[in-house]
Amino acid sequence: MRAKNGKVSTRAVIDRQDFQQLFDHLSAQGYQLVGPRLRDNAIVYDELSAVTDLPIGYVDEQEKGSYRLTKTAQPTLFGYGLGPQSWKKYLFPPVVRLWQAQRHNGGFDVIPEDHEPRLLALIGVRPCELKAIAIQDRVFMGGAYADPIYQAQREQLFIVAVNCGKAGATCFCTSMDAGPRAASGYDLALTEILEANRHIFLVDAGSEKGEAVLRTIPQRPATDLDIAAGERIIAQTAEQMGRVLDTNRIKEMLYANYEHARWDQVAARCLMCGNCTQVCPTCFCTTVEDVTDLSAATAERRRVWDTCFSLDFSYIVGGSVRASPKARYRQWMMHKLATWIDQFGSSGCVGCGRCITWCPVGIDITEEARAIRSDSEDKRFTPATGGRKHEHA
Amino acid sequence: MPESKKPKVAVWKFASCDGCQLSLLDCEDELLAIADAIEIAYFPEASSTVIKGPYDISLVEGSITTPHDAEHIHHVRRASKVLITIGACATAGGIQALRNFRDVRQMVAQVYASPAYIETLSKSTAIADHVFVDFELRGCPINKAQLVEIVSAYLHGRKPNIPRYSVCVECKRRGTPCVMVAEGALCLGPVTQAGCGALCPAYQRGCYGCFGPTETPNPRALSEHWKALGTSSDEIVRLYRTFNAFADAFRKESEAHEG
Repeated sequence: MRAKNGKVSTRAVIDRQDFQQLFDHLSAQGYQLVGPRLRDNAIVYDELSAVTDLPIGYVDEQEKGSYRLTKTAQPTLFGYGLGPQSWKKYLFPPVVRLWQAQRHNGGFDVIPEDHEPRLLALIGVRPCELKAIAIQDRVFMGGAYADPIYQAQREQLFIVAVNCGKAGATCFCTSMDAGPRAASGYDLALTEILEANRHIFLVDAGSEKGEAVLRTIPQRPATDLDIAAGERIIAQTAEQMGRVLDTNRIKEMLYANYEHARWDQVAARCLMCGNCTQVCPTCFCTTVEDVTDLSAATAERRRVWDTCFSLDFSYIVGGSVRASPKARYRQWMMHKLATWIDQFGSSGCVGCGRCITWCPVGIDITEEARAIRSDSEDKRFTPATGGRKHEHA
Repeated sequence: MPESKKPKVAVWKFASCDGCQLSLLDCEDELLAIADAIEIAYFPEASSTVIKGPYDISLVEGSITTPHDAEHIHHVRRASKVLITIGACATAGGIQALRNFRDVRQMVAQVYASPAYIETLSKSTAIADHVFVDFELRGCPINKAQLVEIVSAYLHGRKPNIPRYSVCVECKRRGTPCVMVAEGALCLGPVTQAGCGALCPAYQRGCYGCFGPTETPNPRALSEHWKALGTSSDEIVRLYRTFNAFADAFRKESEAHEG
């Protein structure tokens, strides 16, 4: 159990039959567990109390604009990929009341909102999602002004990551250097290993908090064989990536193609519904709504998820800055893949593929980027090899 | 506050089912606050008391279907400082606008024993086709929270929070997985304005488009996708022809798929 230096081994193995103890231990520490659950034919994130709440045996089939779940006889706890929701719903909730005001003797009193963060244990955070959280950390806490609501909740997390044992057809985390192995930002990272005669979790502790938890549950040090089995799974997943995004000088490539004909083509297919922005784990735009009651005795201000696909989003005096659908799609993709780099020092995309799967008409960001690159007027950006690993109809 | 200082509100009915004006009476939690904040000056559905205009706010339900109504709406407009239309009938002609795609005289002849007594226009049209409308509140029926919001906003001279983006945004906010992507349901949500709180998809049904087209809808792209999924032209026509059949974007799209 203990390595020679007296510390708990950071690479350990937990048996499936002991896995519930991880849940029990985190619950006993006051954490509310949240993680994947089956609802309405999809896997969403919701509260968990037992391992059996997980979508055991479910696997997903994803393609652009399509998501289907199947129940298999396999006892896997994490055999599926990403669902439509991301963890931002806990760190950056869709609707937040910022404050209320009450009219009082001709003036008004502001009643501040108490944003009490919850102790949350996120179960089953995928590597690309860890990267998405790191990106949102930079957005909300990186500059001179931190978002207090985000920050308070961020400090109350215990993160149990799960390395991916299968890549979906819309996944491209390897292109974005975001997976399929959890690099950092977790307390514990698991690799689920299901073989003919055993069902185990290879565990890496990524923090002292994680080590402390690991110490309290039944585990044994990982053998070379265990580690090799885990490596095989991750290597296999990396091989399965359904999509590829050529990120070579992508910022310059897109900046050189503001007027590419492809923007018109994609605008003709785009519904302007905003689904891609809502499912994206890094999209962070909000609007602020002021509401009064009928008697104007009380008012409140709310922060609500917004989308750059709406006209109101870019409305200023004189009208919407991005009136055409083309301008709005271009804004979203340009920001995600190019201007984000100038703004925050990294891409805004982690290759999770949600915007591809959950676009009702299956617009594929990797396909759009490829079309622009391959037909770039500026030949410096033309890919040498076509840049595509797998063909998709 | 003396009685006469309260803003006077009138509720008018044209061709409609009354469901939208009933939303006002359905505001149980807010009803006392409403009665406190405004003077209901004209609301035949709720009270026989009639207080003469002009009115600070007129809420207009229903579409224009008769020569009489086409005349009467001008009187309503003249008597109202602010005119807000409520519901799909008033904002798009309603379900009764299905007749706009047919020859109404022929239908009248088939339905009525004495067609000569029927005075009707060839089309059921939105109020805004006849008079200037200050705000169109969508829905079949309208959402009562949006009704309270629009009345509050006008009473206090602030911007109403009535988003014009898609139902999808509401689905995602409440955490409903997309019924089109996850189940292949035919859903009008991506081209339909938010406002209902994404009710139908929460019960695993595709959106019926009760709140009419979004600000910049792209129904053509949605239909193309449905066709690729194997949906027939007839079915596409039917999907667009419900409560907002005569809303411009939906009308054009259904006509494009007519045989």
